[in-house]
Amino acid sequence: MLRSSVEDGSKPASREGATNGAAHAPLRVAVVGNPNAGKSTLFNALTGLSQRVGNYPGVTVEKKSGVLEVAGRRIELVDLPGTYSLAAHSPDEMVAVDLLLGHVKGERAPDAVLAVVDASNLERNLYLLSQVVDLGLPVVVALNMSDVAERRGIHVDADLLAARLGAPVVPTRANRGAGVDRLREALRAVADARTPTRPPVAYALPDPLAQGVAALRSGVAAPVRAALGRDLHEFELLRALVDEEGHAEARLRALDGGVAEALATSRARARGPSTVPLSALEAQSRYRWIRQLVTGCVRRDEQMPATWTDRIDRVLTHKISGTLVFAGAMLLLFESIFAWAAPAQDALETAMGWVGGAIGAWMPEGALRSLLVDGVVGGVGSVVAFLPQILLLFLFLGILEDCGYMARAAFLMDKVMASVGLSGKSFIPMLSGFACAVPAVMATRVIENRRDRLATMLVTPLMTCSARLPVYAVMISAFVPQRSVLGGWVRLSALTLLSLYLLGIVTAVAMAFLLKRTLLRGPAPPFVMELPTYKVPSLRTLLQRLRERAVAFLARAGTVILAMSIVVWALAYFPHGERPAAAPTGASAAVSAGAGAGDDVAARAAQLEGSALGRVGHALEPVFRPLGWDWRITVATLASFPAREVVVATLGTIFNLGDAEDDPEGLERALAKARRADGSPLFTLPVALSVMVFFALCCQCGATVATIRRETNSWGWAWFTFTYMTLLAYGASLLVFQGSRWFGA
Amino acid sequence: MRTLDQLRPGMSARVVRLAARGAIGQRLSDMGFVEGTAVKLIRAAPLGDPLEVEIQDYLLSLRRAEAHLVEISDA
Repeated sequence: MLRSSVEDGSKPASREGATNGAAHAPLRVAVVGNPNAGKSTLFNALTGLSQRVGNYPGVTVEKKSGVLEVAGRRIELVDLPGTYSLAAHSPDEMVAVDLLLGHVKGERAPDAVLAVVDASNLERNLYLLSQVVDLGLPVVVALNMSDVAERRGIHVDADLLAARLGAPVVPTRANRGAGVDRLREALRAVADARTPTRPPVAYALPDPLAQGVAALRSGVAAPVRAALGRDLHEFELLRALVDEEGHAEARLRALDGGVAEALATSRARARGPSTVPLSALEAQSRYRWIRQLVTGCVRRDEQMPATWTDRIDRVLTHKISGTLVFAGAMLLLFESIFAWAAPAQDALETAMGWVGGAIGAWMPEGALRSLLVDGVVGGVGSVVAFLPQILLLFLFLGILEDCGYMARAAFLMDKVMASVGLSGKSFIPMLSGFACAVPAVMATRVIENRRDRLATMLVTPLMTCSARLPVYAVMISAFVPQRSVLGGWVRLSALTLLSLYLLGIVTAVAMAFLLKRTLLRGPAPPFVMELPTYKVPSLRTLLQRLRERAVAFLARAGTVILAMSIVVWALAYFPHGERPAAAPTGASAAVSAGAGAGDDVAARAAQLEGSALGRVGHALEPVFRPLGWDWRITVATLASFPAREVVVATLGTIFNLGDAEDDPEGLERALAKARRADGSPLFTLPVALSVMVFFALCCQCGATVATIRRETNSWGWAWFTFTYMTLLAYGASLLVFQGSRWFGA
Repeated sequence: MRTLDQLRPGMSARVVRLAARGAIGQRLSDMGFVEGTAVKLIRAAPLGDPLEVEIQDYLLSLRRAEAHLVEISDA
């Protein structure tokens, strides 16, 4: 039954020299693997910093590619989304098959496939491999996490496995970079040779399925050829046959010419008198093949050691300790953002202040200097200063995800999420929403059910994202009393922040509940999720992802926010020159550094009020007056609709514009100093609360709206999200302001 | 026929067949719930649902409703 001799397929059929190969176009290798098999870590180890991220046309799957060089030969690695099977029930899941077969527009078919396989969990990982082998491509197997397997008493004979598969099997430990050099060499050799992998221990479809595929092939040949100009690959036919109500079937059904009948008869043929679903037939036969493959390759210790995962899970999924750890982790997250980020934040602020000061001293007074100092440095600087918090947050979430805790959080929270009609899987995207709604909305792709996914997507922007932190930070530092509560253990500021987070969570949950009972009503979807082995996160992978995030954030800060800063600066600066006559700046500054500047500040405030921005703010003030806002807050809020973090920059512009550069006051003190026309403080606690609540609930993020449009492929859902959130924000702010005034806060 | 949700924590059994069709059935099949496979119930989540099971050398979480679709016999 088992042939263990090395046959032709395991050796590269031709050995092209490096000199010969260098003239060719770069080789293309697709990377496939189960989730949690260490695919991203290995991808990073292979490609280093040479990565590009994009999208495939028409679907929402992220396209990540990188380049490596082996002996002068360039190899382009294309990372496919982690999956357990090539069965496809959505266009997104079909991308893997399409790409591997070279059917994605503008994408060349890969020369080879790198299959990343978790050695500690070999059988299930080989399931995907068995499907990939069916595609008829050359395959290289990375036997990853062999160290984890060894610790669990599982020993894999890689050479024997390679002989049986007819493909190179390279043991790797992606987290330590071990085996990567060998893997590179194997990739080059196999991709160059282009000999499809044909396992000596061959897999064959069970007869009924093979007959079904044959019947389907002849039944749909004519319409397929007419529509596509080619025949379907054997594997596409299999998917159309087996994945009932799946995507391959839907694509076939879209053609005319008796496709429905062909599907029905070929399925009847495949099923015969049996009641077993076709998918179970396929799975059974593949797992049977896998058992043949691994028998004798995998040795298990008599006494399986109690694993760390088991021991940790006993604590982390325990009723009491698990809940405590979960709550503690969340609290630690909030405290760390505020406390640990502070030193770096101060340093960045000081640096930006220095830059502004240097430019201010160096340039003559005028529009250009004002643009640079107030618009550019002031605007971007105050946003960049929040980079430490954002990085900390992504670092924290990254560690949770990479160590395996995210899945436990989903496990713990599933019942709770189920009560509002979602699943534990929605918990992960919603938790990611604490960092940024844009990746969080994209993270909803793990949710197979369309209604669940939509509901999660539509409420995730309510979670307190890192861009809201700047607003909260400024408002809380400026207006929430510096006091400790609960016996001195918790600062009132931290408690306020926690309340704002809770407001977002509660509102999101309530909205999800509402949506699942109205617009997105339907039967409960399944919840099947792997609980990965706990592992120490790879620092390299974490840092790489942090770098990606930082670049993405700065790119936003550098484009959207800079543009907004300049627009707002211009709106506030022009029309210019209507200065009141009595403004002898030099003279008053000479009298006294502080008090004498009063006239000047008033003059500048008058200039701002007369500017285009001031006029818009005035015009819209009546709408926002019930929230306790004046025209300046209105202006700052309006300016922040494309990106909410802009509000800090705008406030900075509005309230600093009147101040001299040598006044080193922070924005917080400027806000506290701000007065209404009658001389009363502009920002009272109710006003600050009203502003924070508005920002907590409002959809002030163009990127989120655009992402929702992309992911749902409809402007309808995007505008729906924008509208409901904005109305919600207005209503809640109104309630908070009027309510807190009523209670005399 | 006994089903997976009736298993006690710490107990093992073998998969006999899946009473699920469509996407759920396919997902469970692909994840290794095929005839004859050993499956062990590890624990239930603190709130009673979902369940954590060990199958094919890995840990999987699924709800009682899905576990109810997995018919089992003694190990």
